Order: sequence, then C-alpha cells, then structure tokens
Amino acid sequence: MPLNRSKKKTPMPTQNPEVRRRNFSEVALGYSEEEAVSEAKRCLQCKKPGCVEGCPVQVQIPQFIKRIAERDFEGAIKIIKETNSLPAICGRVCPQEAQCEKNCVLGKVGEPVAIGRLERFAADWERTRGSHPPVIPKKLGKKVAIIGSGPAGLTCAGDLAKLGYDVTIFEALHKPGGVLVYGIPEFRLPKIIVEQEVKFIQQLGVEIKTNMVMGKVLTIDDLFEMGYEAVFISTGAGLPKFMGIPGENYLGVYSANEFLTRINLMKAYSFPNTDTPIKVGKKVAVIGGGNVAMDAARSALRMGADEVHIVYRRSEEEMPARKEEFENAKEESIIFDFLTNPVRIIGNENGWVKGIECIRMELGEPDASGRRRPVPITGSEFIMDVDTVIIAIGTGPNPLLTKTTEGLELTKHGYIAVDEEGRTSREGVWAGGDIVTGSATVILAMGAGKKAARSIHEYLQNKKWQQ
Amino acid sequence: MFKILEKRELAPSIKLFVIEAPLVAKKAKPGQFVILRIKEGGERIPLTIADYDAQNGTVTIVFQEVGKTTRELGTLEAGDYIEDFVGPLGVPVEFPNHKKVLGIGGGLGIAPLYPKLKMLHQQGVEVVSIIGARTAEMLILEEEIKTVSNRMYVCTDDGSKGRHGFVTVVLKELLEQGEKFDEIIIIGPPILMKIGSEITKPYGIPTMVSLNPIMVDGTGMCGGCRVTVDGEIKFACVDGPAFDGHKVDFDELIKRLATYKEEEKISLEIFNKAHGCKLINKIEGADKDAVK
Ligand SMILES: Cc1cc2nc3c(=O)[nH]c(=O)nc-3n(C[C@H](O)[C@H](O)[C@H](O)COP(=O)(O)OP(=O)(O)OC[C@H]3O[C@@H](n4cnc5c(N)ncnc54)[C@H](O)[C@@H]3O)c2cc1C
Ligand SMILES: Cc1cc2nc3c(=O)[nH]c(=O)nc-3n(C[C@H](O)[C@H](O)[C@H](O)COP(=O)(O)OP(=O)(O)OC[C@H]3O[C@@H](n4cnc5c(N)ncnc54)[C@H](O)[C@@H]3O)c2cc1C
Ligand code: SF4
Ligand code: FES
Repeated sequence: MPLNRSKKKTPMPTQNPEVRRRNFSEVALGYSEEEAVSEAKRCLQCKKPGCVEGCPVQVQIPQFIKRIAERDFEGAIKIIKETNSLPAICGRVCPQEAQCEKNCVLGKVGEPVAIGRLERFAADWERTRGSHPPVIPKKLGKKVAIIGSGPAGLTCAGDLAKLGYDVTIFEALHKPGGVLVYGIPEFRLPKIIVEQEVKFIQQLGVEIKTNMVMGKVLTIDDLFEMGYEAVFISTGAGLPKFMGIPGENYLGVYSANEFLTRINLMKAYSFPNTDTPIKVGKKVAVIGGGNVAMDAARSALRMGADEVHIVYRRSEEEMPARKEEFENAKEESIIFDFLTNPVRIIGNENGWVKGIECIRMELGEPDASGRRRPVPITGSEFIMDVDTVIIAIGTGPNPLLTKTTEGLELTKHGYIAVDEEGRTSREGVWAGGDIVTGSATVILAMGAGKKAARSIHEYLQNKKWQQ
Repeated sequence: MFKILEKRELAPSIKLFVIEAPLVAKKAKPGQFVILRIKEGGERIPLTIADYDAQNGTVTIVFQEVGKTTRELGTLEAGDYIEDFVGPLGVPVEFPNHKKVLGIGGGLGIAPLYPKLKMLHQQGVEVVSIIGARTAEMLILEEEIKTVSNRMYVCTDDGSKGRHGFVTVVLKELLEQGEKFDEIIIIGPPILMKIGSEITKPYGIPTMVSLNPIMVDGTGMCGGCRVTVDGEIKFACVDGPAFDGHKVDFDELIKRLATYKEEEKISLEIFNKAHGCKLINKIEGADKDAVK
C-alpha cells in the first residue's frame, strides 16, 4: 500500500466560522471515506508505536489505522472498541494533542497522524450504519449499583453488564450522560451520540434510574440493604467555584455550570418553545482559560451576544484549553484578554452587571503547578463594560453523597481517596472519574470506570477485600 | 413518571396535589423540597414538601399559579402523570430542645410552614401560629394549622377574616407584650421574611426563614440558587433552604428573583393564549398576597 507522504494532516471539513458562530450544529464535520483512507495511509505502522503509550486506555492505534487504510472500517471499529467503549465521544473531545498524537513520530517533522479524526471516522461509520445489537450475556445474579452516569459510570456499567452483572445506574438529573449532556455543548458533541451510547448500555441490560439524588433519596447503606453487592461512585466534580470577589451575585453573573446547563440540558436556546430561560447580553466576559471557558464563550456567541471576551489571568501558553478549541474560538471571533484578572464586578441600581474591574498581570516565578505565577501590576486596573459574566474557574467535589456515607475516606480537598484499583476505604465501594481526580478528561474517567469494573468483578467472584 | 393521586383547590389559583412517590416519601423530613418537571422541554421548579406519608408512599405539594409552569401544573388532574419528581432535597430542619415556637405563614408560605409546626406539635412543643392572606378566600390550610397549634391568629389584609392587617402586626404585638419564644419561623414572600426578621432581631429571638431563590438542579451543581448569608455565598438548595433570618441579604434575593421577569411574561402570555386566561386577574393580585 503506497504511503501518503504529506507532512500535514488531511484537513477535516468544518462549518464556516461566520455561519457556525450563530448555530449549535456540530463544528467539525468529519472525514469522508476517501479522506479517512488517505489520512490512514500517512501512518508508518511503527514497530514500537509511541501513540499507544500516550493513550490512557491503550487503543491499538496502528492496528485500527491499518484497517482504515485497507478500507476495512468494520475491522477498525472492532479494534477500537476492544479498549474504548465510547469512541464516537472520545474521537471528538479527547485532547489528542496531549496524548496519542503528541507521541506520534510524524510529529517530529510535521503534523502527527490525525488519530482522533480517524477514531471519530470509524465510530461514526459504525454509528450511521446502526451497530449490531449487543449479545446479552448470561446473568450471574449479582447486583451492582453505580452512582452517576457520566463517562466513568457508563463505562463501568457497560463492562460489568457484559460480564453478566445486574447493573443499575442511579443518576441525579433527569437525563443520563453527566458532563457529556449538561456541560459539553452540542456543537462539539451532538447529544444524539451520547444518547446512542446510553441506549447501547441499556441494551446490555443496564437499568438507568434518573431523578435519584443519592445521599438524599437513598444512601450507600440503603443500596447494600437492597441487595447490591458492590457500589461504584462516579459523581464527578460538579460543584462550581466562585472567585470570592465583590459583585458575584449581581444579576447576569453565572457559573459556567449554570450557563451551560440552562443551554444544554434545559435547552434554553429554544426558549420560549422550551420553558427554561437564559439571559445573554450584548457583551459577555467569560472568566477562565479551560475547555469549560471556551465552551461557555462559544455558547454565549451562539445565543446572540455581539462580543465575547475570555478573561484569563495567565498567558496563552499556560491556557489549559485544548488547542483545537482555542483555534476554533479565535476563528469565531472570541476575544482573548490574557494576563488579566477580575477584581470586582460592578452592578447598576437594579442589581444587573454593568462591568468588571480588572487588573493586568505579568508572569513571575513558576508555582506549584510548574506554570509561571501571574502577579498583578500595581496601578493597571481598568474597567471592562459587560452585561453578562460567566465564571469558569473550575469546580470541586460535591459533598452531597460523600457526607452521608460513613467510613468513606476523603482527601483534604474532599475528593474520594482510592487505591490503584479504585477501591475506597469502605468494603464493597469503588470510586473513579472526576470525584477522585478532580476535573480531568472523559478518557481518564472512562479508564477509571474500566479499572473499577475489573476490580469489582474480581471481588464479587471471591469476596476478598484486602488492600 | 409520577402519578397525581389527588387534586384539591385550596383557594383560587392555589392547588394541592398528592403525588405517588414512595422513595421520596420514605426519606422526606420537614423543611425539605422537591424539584419537578412536568414534561420534556419543561422547566425544573422547586416546591416544598407540604406533607408526606411514608406508609402510603405519597408526598403532598401545594402551589400557587404564578407563571407558566405552575399554571400548566394546575391544568393537570388526578390520574395524570408528572415526568420528573426529585427529592427530598435541602437540609431538614431540626428543633432539638425547643419548648415554645412561633410560626408565621404569609400567603402560600403557610404550606411550607405546616410540616414544621406539625413536627413541633408531635414533639410536644408549644406552638403559636399566625397565618395571613390578602383576603379570606385566599387563606389556605387554616384547619391543618389549627390542629397543630396551641393558639392561632388569623389575619387578612382586607379584614375579610380574622384580624384586619398583616401578620407582622400580630407578631409585633406578641413581642411587645413580652411573650417569649425559643424560635420564630417566618415563611412567605421575601419581603415578609425580611420585615419579620427585622422585627424579631431586637428581641434576640432566633428566627428561621425559608428562602425561595430560582433553582435549576437542586443538587449544588449550578450555583444559580446562591444567596448571601452572613456575608458568605450559600447554595440554598443544599445549604438551605432554611437560614437564619437575621443574617440573610433579602434585598439581594428579591433582586435576583426578578432575573427572568421579561422571559416569564413571554412564557405566560404564550401559555395563556393557548389556554384562555380566565384566571389572570386573580393571579396578578395573588402576588401581593402577603404582607408588607
Ligand atoms: C464544559 C466542559 C467541557 C469539557 N470538555 C472536555 C473535553 O473537551 N475533553 C475531555 O476529555 N474532557 C472535557 N471535560 C471534562 C470531562 O467532561 C470530565 O472529566 C468527565 O465528564 C468526568 O466524568 P465523570 O464520569 O467522572 O463525571 P461527570 O461527567 O461529571 O458525571 C457525573 C454524574 O454524576 C451525577 N451525580 C452527581 N452527584 C450525584 C448524586 N449524589 N447522586 C446521583 N448522581 C449524581 C451527575 O449528575 C452527573 O451526571 C469537560 C468538562 C466540562 C464541564
Ligand atoms: C425551596 C423552594 C420551595 C418552594 N416551595 C414552593 C411551594 O411550596 N409552593 C409554591 O407555589 N411555590 C414554591 N416555590 C416557588 C416556586 O418554585 C415558583 O413559584 C415557581 O418556580 C414558579 O414557576 P412558574 O413558571 O410558574 O413562574 P415564573 O413565571 O417562571 O416565575 C414566577 C416567580 O417564581 C420565581 N421562579 C421562577 N423560576 C423559578 C425556579 N426554577 N425556581 C425557583 N423560583 C422560580 C421567579 O422569581 C418569579 O418571581 C418554592 C421555591 C423554592 C426555591
Ligand atoms: S506513532 Fe504515528 S505513525 Fe507511528 S503508529 Fe502511531 S499513529 Fe502511526
Ligand atoms: S439549584 Fe443549582 S446549585 Fe442550587
């Protein structure tokens, strides 16, 4: 098979920035078969592939790419699914530039193979054809409870169901999917994809109970009394942080979680056809520099804002957002105010936001995270006129469940302490995903779900709990 | 899906539903609330658990038709279903060593007051209550409150029943006469809770209020329900909804409640066009129900 010697990735078609900045349809349109095959032919099929090492779940990357190059798309998706149960999602939202693609040899002389785009292609190829209905395994007659239906919970549930366990997921919201449905917007991850993954897991026999705020309606002790023999906690890190500066309760100030939830989960973009409203003014400031800030800013634009700023206290290099999303945001004319930190929010007499006072920053010595610490420049305060402020400076662990569970050891920041297998300090209880690591990534949450499923399986076979 | 087992009209535009929700009923305690969503596309709205019956697996809610969602809810009948019904949410209230408590309910606030007084009464605490409404026909749960009170005062703004005037007038009188309480509970429109708390403050009597900010998830995930208590941000859905009335920033709460005024109007107008608007005048009046 002739190699494609291009130094650059085969471009993926996207919606024109001028058009897409006003709609919620997916930005990236995906490869055609020809484009995918051509890109797959760039892969050198390394004997010792660095890409696989970079992948948190060790997808057999060169193998699946080879199948695509040979036009065996079914073979490709089969290989991916051996280790990654949510490829249509990961292909879209994984930070490949910091994982597999970072290690690709081609990256040394040009652009790496577009592994993420190929993964997405293979998954979509299968998705649009309708995947085979799963083979329902023989039941073992043992019940496992999973709390939270984000990527960690869904993955753990899927793996255990495939082994024959009776799995029930308890989800607080009215819709399963976690951040995938309430946080990440439609234009990056169409909800239909999450729905299909959820449906697949249900077809495996997993029961999903929504509207179950665990810790309130049922405790973990209740679950054991109800006959569940193991519990996996995957409740995410969903507690929004505020900055602690004056004016944060003015009208028009949102946490990114509230802003995105109103839009994604409650469909405020269809108001008044749907009932949940949202207020997006003309000039919006989003505080923060991660994926969440990008998503909030780009959503604000799509809700009709004239001008959207991202206000970030460090510089472009330190920004944790994915490169691709940063580029997309810039193309959509989001304005970036780097090295700028809000000191207070200013309101009018009715309590509505009318501006933020910011201070310019410069980079000093590296801090604990290894990034250079931003220090304020005295006297550089200025006022930015805005009518909406979205705070996207991070989230923490929600104590709702953990505080009602006795004997569950937490870290000093309130996350759940676990061992390498995901076991907590309580017998029969595992935890994984953001509630253990703090806000991380979809793939790491998935990996944690897989690991826990293996460990739960082992435990339920011999009921030995030793750490 | 959650079945409506019983529907009662307590007053014009105020309705009571008994809902089949065994898990919620089993864990519910006074002071807690539910969030419901009528159907796909609907808004999530919080309503206080006005009563519950763990044995029969039912939860009672009482709501006033003030906008689109509560009006739509009011069109449902016994036998109909509600799509989502989540709870019990919020922190239950506790009165560990109380001997005598005063409960004040204004307008719809009488409904959330009831389960608290009922619990106190069952604990053998002496309960004095003051309930009030704009006019006699808007007064709800009078019988229920009476059965859990040792003494009850009724007020109406227009004098059509009981004392002529606001519930706060009676509150003032009792305190001025030197009557002592271990705690005073005030529930009603924010302005009533604000003024009531101001009245009790000089007497140094602990005063509990139950806040009603706009909510979305009810689990601490969005922060939309944040209120300022003692200078700190609290999430009413997980830290409350009951707080120390002497420490709440009511003015901020009142302002924040107006965030979606324009949108609420649009929603309601569309709904009314589709359903006819015979109730509208009453509803507008109902807002000013309790007490200045
Ligand atoms: C806006 C946004 C954009 C992001 N973009 C990316 C990206 O591009 N790429 C990437 O890799 N990662 C991204 N992330 C991070 C990623 O989404 C998370 O790391 C991942 O979803 C964590 O998965 P999880 O299963 O641990 O938890 P979550 O996805 O947070 O799911 C937790 C679930 O548990 C439920 N729950 C919580 N408490 C309870 C309870 N008491 N009872 C019952 N249920 C409960 C919640 O309702 C939720 O459904 C983003 C995050 C956000 C917020
Ligand atoms: C903890 C709590 C307990 C409550 N208990 C009761 C109760 O027992 N009975 C009752 O009738 N009402 C109760 N409320 C208020 C009730 O939730 C609102 O009246 C209802 O949401 C109005 O919705 P709507 O669409 O009919 O009206 P809208 O037109 O949307 O709004 C009318 C008013 O309700 C407020 N409101 C709007 N949306 C919400 C929301 N999502 N959450 C909270 N408030 C909102 C607005 O500030 C506005 O002033 C409670 C509120 C809270 C926070
Ligand atoms: S490192 Fe790059 S070239 Fe080598 S196998 Fe992986 S994707 Fe192919
Ligand atoms: S309602 Fe969302 S945090 Fe309270």
